[in-house]
Amino acid sequence: MSDSVLSIEDLSVRLPVGADRARALANVSLSVSANEILCVVGESGSGKSVMANAIMRLLPPEVRIETGHIMFERSDLCAASLAEMRHVRGKGISMIFQEPMTALNPLRTIGDQVGEMFSVHTDLSKADIQKKVKGLLADVRIPDPDGAARAYPHELSGGQRQRAMIAMALALDPKLLIADEPTTALDVTTQAQILKLIRDLQRRRNTAVLFITHDFGVVAEIADRVVVMQRGVVVEQGPAAAVLSHPQHAYTRQLIAAVPPLQAPPPRPLASENILTLSGVSKTYRSGGFLGRGARVTAAVKDVSLVLPKGATLGIIGESGSGKSTLARCIVRLIDPDQGAIMLDGKNWAAMSHRDVRRETRHIQMVFQDPFASLNPRRKAAELVAQGPIVHGMPRAEAIAEARKLFALVGLDPAAGDRFPHEFSGGQRQRIGLARALALKPDVLVADEPVSALDVSVQAQVLRLLAELRAQLGLSIVFITHDLRVAAQICDLVAVMKDGAIVEHGPTHEVFGSPRHPYTQALLASIPGGDFMRHRVAAGA
Amino acid sequence: MDALKRYFRSPAAVAGLILLMVVIAMAISAGWLYPRDPLALAGRPLLWPFSNPRFPLGTDNSGRDIAAQIFYGARISLLIGGVATAIAIAIGILVGAFAGYYGGWIDNVLMRITEAFQTLPNFLLLLVLVAVFGSTLTTVTIAVGVVSWPAPARLTRAEFLSLRNREFVQAGRTLGLRDLQLILGEILPNALPPVVVYASVVMAVAILLESALAFLHLSDPNVASWGNLIGLGRDVLRVQWYVSAIPGVAILVTVLAVSLVGQGLNDALNPRLKSR
Repeated sequence: MSDSVLSIEDLSVRLPVGADRARALANVSLSVSANEILCVVGESGSGKSVMANAIMRLLPPEVRIETGHIMFERSDLCAASLAEMRHVRGKGISMIFQEPMTALNPLRTIGDQVGEMFSVHTDLSKADIQKKVKGLLADVRIPDPDGAARAYPHELSGGQRQRAMIAMALALDPKLLIADEPTTALDVTTQAQILKLIRDLQRRRNTAVLFITHDFGVVAEIADRVVVMQRGVVVEQGPAAAVLSHPQHAYTRQLIAAVPPLQAPPPRPLASENILTLSGVSKTYRSGGFLGRGARVTAAVKDVSLVLPKGATLGIIGESGSGKSTLARCIVRLIDPDQGAIMLDGKNWAAMSHRDVRRETRHIQMVFQDPFASLNPRRKAAELVAQGPIVHGMPRAEAIAEARKLFALVGLDPAAGDRFPHEFSGGQRQRIGLARALALKPDVLVADEPVSALDVSVQAQVLRLLAELRAQLGLSIVFITHDLRVAAQICDLVAVMKDGAIVEHGPTHEVFGSPRHPYTQALLASIPGGDFMRHRVAAGA
Repeated sequence: MDALKRYFRSPAAVAGLILLMVVIAMAISAGWLYPRDPLALAGRPLLWPFSNPRFPLGTDNSGRDIAAQIFYGARISLLIGGVATAIAIAIGILVGAFAGYYGGWIDNVLMRITEAFQTLPNFLLLLVLVAVFGSTLTTVTIAVGVVSWPAPARLTRAEFLSLRNREFVQAGRTLGLRDLQLILGEILPNALPPVVVYASVVMAVAILLESALAFLHLSDPNVASWGNLIGLGRDVLRVQWYVSAIPGVAILVTVLAVSLVGQGLNDALNPRLKSR
């Protein structure tokens, strides 16, 4: 290709001895042309971030480039000196990161940090720099650019911070912009705005963009061309439309199939009997202030009333800060609600003493979000699962034997019970967490974002397991998620939460089919790759 | 055991362990090498080292064998270091765990008490305790332990504060675990490594505190400790400096050994913090 801005030829990157494989990248070749967005797609561990860091020559010292060339503006970046790289970074190639909070310096204003790009690379005067910074911030459509320039990172929202990062990255009109999962940490509505912004800016400035993501929905939204990576090898590349509609490699097909379609499954008949009833549940946080004066009051959960029929799954959907996790923790009484009643099996959980909650806790169990933080690293897997029954009086040997049976139930090798949590993968750990919750034979399972930390293909497996267990054990599930696609797959009923209150609830196919509240409509419209998925569903049906 | 392998990869940590082993070996072999009372008169006073083959390290102002006192002193130093550290760490973990886990007014009360102990120079407090309760070996050991607990308490509290809201602790709570089970079974094992590492610092300081007491003739005079020997040597420091210098070197080596082992443990237990 004559107009390629960056071309990677036969690049291999070696990992230190003792890593899970010898090379992070093996013989990777690809090129990015001016005025195109190339999406690099892969699951965690596929080597896509290593590639981005290799281009910027920001690899950790023990990881080194073995063979190959990274050609940028007719010079090989693999052979460039540090001084030459400093010239390339920021000016020739710039980068935006996943987490804008950690990528920005918390002690300096946004304007100061964006302006630094000019003071380092150009000889502009202070006044000129200030003017340029304001222009840039207006360009990335931050509301009130003057105020934003004076603000510190913590004073902006996640989306605004990412806009500031983009402004910084585009300050010197780089030839190539590398975006490493820039929207993964953002809410779905913000994500849609940022994707649109990147697309617009790229069109206007003819920048080449190397966009790294794990989400085929995002690919469908933004990509001109796609490169699919698996374990450090490029398995497929081509124009976005072709790869999405006619994937050649089995892995690509598997990844696309794992993206949940935004269509509710046919509704299941629901029991008329309710197992869990919430009425008027509220939780308010007060912070700061002296003797009640000047305190900051946050209503995390406002007057929530919901019912969960026996054997059904109720999805609670909301963006970060909507209060959905607080509500989940109120239901299991990790947090004490201020008002309202939580009726389970004829008992009001909201009014129970802590001692009674401890005794009754086997009726309601929780699965946590983070498979790495939710298991005590110093206990063996079987012990973790057996812990609950032991506390409630089962003899240890019997509990361990039961735990091994549960391992088989959640699709783990029963012999794996003697291993420690760090010896399992993320998906396997989430299965251990599930087994632990099921060990007490609960009537209701509260799952707080149980698949959000997992890769899409693993996500699909865990969701399938949950659906199977629901049918097998007659479980009733409260399923907290921010991902509407996941909710559509597994929930019979959904409730949409915003700022602590339920704005809309009802059967999944009704809420997703004909949303009534404007916020629900906005959420549904923001899902990346929505059009593509609808086409796929239509074609499949 | 990865931690053990990482420990033995560091030469400084291995050197520290060898030195510590030597000190422990001295303490064990003292009774066998020097069957006589180390505080009994053995020969002419103030013999220089290497001048008489019977007393390789010479004798002190009253004619007692310095080598014998060094060997028996290792017992006392290790005993005081070990027991005082155990006392300090036990109180520290207890106070820190409760303050960190419960927070609120319990934390406030316990931390104000801790601060009260911390604002007093701990050697001054030690002097007061010894002056009030007398200077037998038992009281000195307990007193050293009692003045050393605030730092481990603060460390334990900090660990508990960061661990108590982790999801695995919440998971334990949803399983119906009692507070004590959560504190001891779930949080404490995860909070322990930095406290264990800090114990080496407490032990080194405990040995030094006892020596400082003995230097002021305030430690138990009826046992052969390194500090007592330094205190004795003070009277003849300008001419027969070796009387103070030899136990000084012994203290230096022991404290160094304990610190190196502690540093090695730190690197082995927290491999990510190790500076490259």
